[in-house]
Amino acid sequence: MSVFVDSNTKLLVQGITGKEGRFHTRQCIEYGTNVVAGVTPGKGGMDMDGVPVFNGVADAVEHTGANCSMIFVPPPFAADAIMEAVDAEIELIVAITEGIPVLDMMKIKQIITRSGSRLIGPNCPGIITPGQAKIGIMPAQIHKPGGPIGVVSRSGTLTYEVVFQLTGQGIGQTTCIGIGGDPINGTNFIDCLDAFQKDPETKGIVMVGEIGGNAEEDAADFIKANVTKPVVGFIAGITAPPGRRMGHAGAIISGGSGTAHAKIKALKTAGVHVCENLGNIGEMCSDVFVLSGEKS
Amino acid sequence: MKIHEFQAKRIFRQNHIPVPDGDVAVDPQKAVKIAQNIGKFPVVVKAQIHAGGRGKGGGVKLAHSLEDVSHHADAIIGMNLVTHQTGPEGKRVKQVLVESGVDIEKELYLSLIPDRETACVLVIASEAGGMDIEEVASKTPEKIIKVRINPLSGIQPFHCRKVSYGLNLPKPVIKAFSQMLNRLYQLFIEKDCSLVEINPLVITKQNSVIALDAKMDFDDNALFRHKGILELRDLDEEDPLDVEASKYNLNYINLDGTVGNMVNGAGLAMAVMDTIKLAGAEPANFLDVGGGATAEMVENGFKIILSDDKVKGILINIFGGILRCDVLAKGVVEAAKKTKINVPLVVRMEGTNVEEGRRILAESGLSLFTAVDMKDAGEKVARIGV
Repeated sequence: MSVFVDSNTKLLVQGITGKEGRFHTRQCIEYGTNVVAGVTPGKGGMDMDGVPVFNGVADAVEHTGANCSMIFVPPPFAADAIMEAVDAEIELIVAITEGIPVLDMMKIKQIITRSGSRLIGPNCPGIITPGQAKIGIMPAQIHKPGGPIGVVSRSGTLTYEVVFQLTGQGIGQTTCIGIGGDPINGTNFIDCLDAFQKDPETKGIVMVGEIGGNAEEDAADFIKANVTKPVVGFIAGITAPPGRRMGHAGAIISGGSGTAHAKIKALKTAGVHVCENLGNIGEMCSDVFVLSGEKS
Repeated sequence: MKIHEFQAKRIFRQNHIPVPDGDVAVDPQKAVKIAQNIGKFPVVVKAQIHAGGRGKGGGVKLAHSLEDVSHHADAIIGMNLVTHQTGPEGKRVKQVLVESGVDIEKELYLSLIPDRETACVLVIASEAGGMDIEEVASKTPEKIIKVRINPLSGIQPFHCRKVSYGLNLPKPVIKAFSQMLNRLYQLFIEKDCSLVEINPLVITKQNSVIALDAKMDFDDNALFRHKGILELRDLDEEDPLDVEASKYNLNYINLDGTVGNMVNGAGLAMAVMDTIKLAGAEPANFLDVGGGATAEMVENGFKIILSDDKVKGILINIFGGILRCDVLAKGVVEAAKKTKINVPLVVRMEGTNVEEGRRILAESGLSLFTAVDMKDAGEKVARIGV
């Protein structure tokens, strides 16, 4: 088992003919992901390494049965691409694009929550179920298939660091989800925690957050009430100055809220094992998950 | 992106949102001319810097005569204005806004922001205008009204009624206020704002509403569709190293510590800053070279760190995914060739092409400490003792 994606996922790539889209589609195919179609308006009828390209998402779905879309469309056109995927009733939409305007995301969020689609991202590395499907830009080789740990994070390379340390300790992953660094995103921590809690193969969870917003505090409340599996948490940005946007559009402390300290406190209160030094997170996971009998 | 009050007021005026008569001056002569055009006293002379708290810092003065205007403009232009938002070093004032005084009956607070939790535009209003709104929110939260507007429906009359009744506005004012709120919402959407704030919004003795202050911030991600807004950027208001870094598409923020650092990815960059602090030092900057950085970007980032006088040691931490370790190594070596490095350098690399990257560094003859992992990187930073 795993969450959201597995070997049955049939992937479509929006923006497949662009430089990034092409490169990462190849990486996904190499990993074993079932890539069934690509979409680039105006390039329908072409193929990219044997993957048929269509002019529109609905057309691609009709011909290939794609149920998941990975989006590499540049920011000015990304909102349109996401809405087109929703319109075509794609079940899972993974938006890698960084830099989508907040107002565009507000509208998308309102539409997504009223649809049957799930959005992961934007501004995220994507999602991987090691050994089954990689839908995103993460380096595949750092992952270890077979579980038992689920990983959810707002960051890209920080997640790679955490996964790298987990694998280094011999701890595999069920699914790793990057929910993205934007202030408004599709799938949030709670959706992922809920999915991991319900997934029988996931025995423990690592949650990586950062400054800005209240998503970690909300997640802490959810964990306290609903999650029985052990959770290890890490929050980046203890040294981040207030009022400055720390690279990610969503990583900003404003009006005294969204600080790392407040998030760490909330997580600790919820019984999460909070790691304060990134260098130790692998060892700490090993201790926590072994003590609770959850290491494979 | 931030703009000045006078620029925000110009945009307000173009959108029929009432503001006091006035204009901006870079010298006392121009300030006097503006006051003459206004034609009545008192007029207000306001320092134009991006930071708030200008009044308390002595950057806002009331003038009752042309002599007053000249005197205040002369004193404020060129002054180093220190407010709670500028930091102790303050900010040099280049220009003043000279505008008509207003007969104040009541001062309100009004702002619009995107609400990340609900994906709505959040209207925040309060009867306690003219004060620090964060203080009002913490001490008297009952004085804050919040109304959410779904971007799919846009602003409706009921939204305006909710805010108006919440503010206990007298009946003759409600219509003018609702019209203003409506126009502010349209402006917020049209220009992709991340903040529109009026503090204070004034009800005059004649029952009209007028924006005595105006603050507009814009979503950096949306500037591609607002070329006119981009032209309003004032580089003098930003840290020179931040500006230099933005030329190379680097995410850089200058900080107060002594350990320079360069990382790929914003989350990891923050975590590396935290690691530096845990090692007993303070980060000199935030620098995310991004996932797709080229050797040239790495080189430029490294140069910016080296040009920062307070840097006493450097930590480079790259987790190669899209950015390959050999590309990073080449960038570091190129930068080192062109600039003399006289501070200790710790490098930690992992991921794609890490062997090749380590070889390039080892053969470059550069004197550096190699860290095998994150933990080791923290310990090596502690050991170089900066």
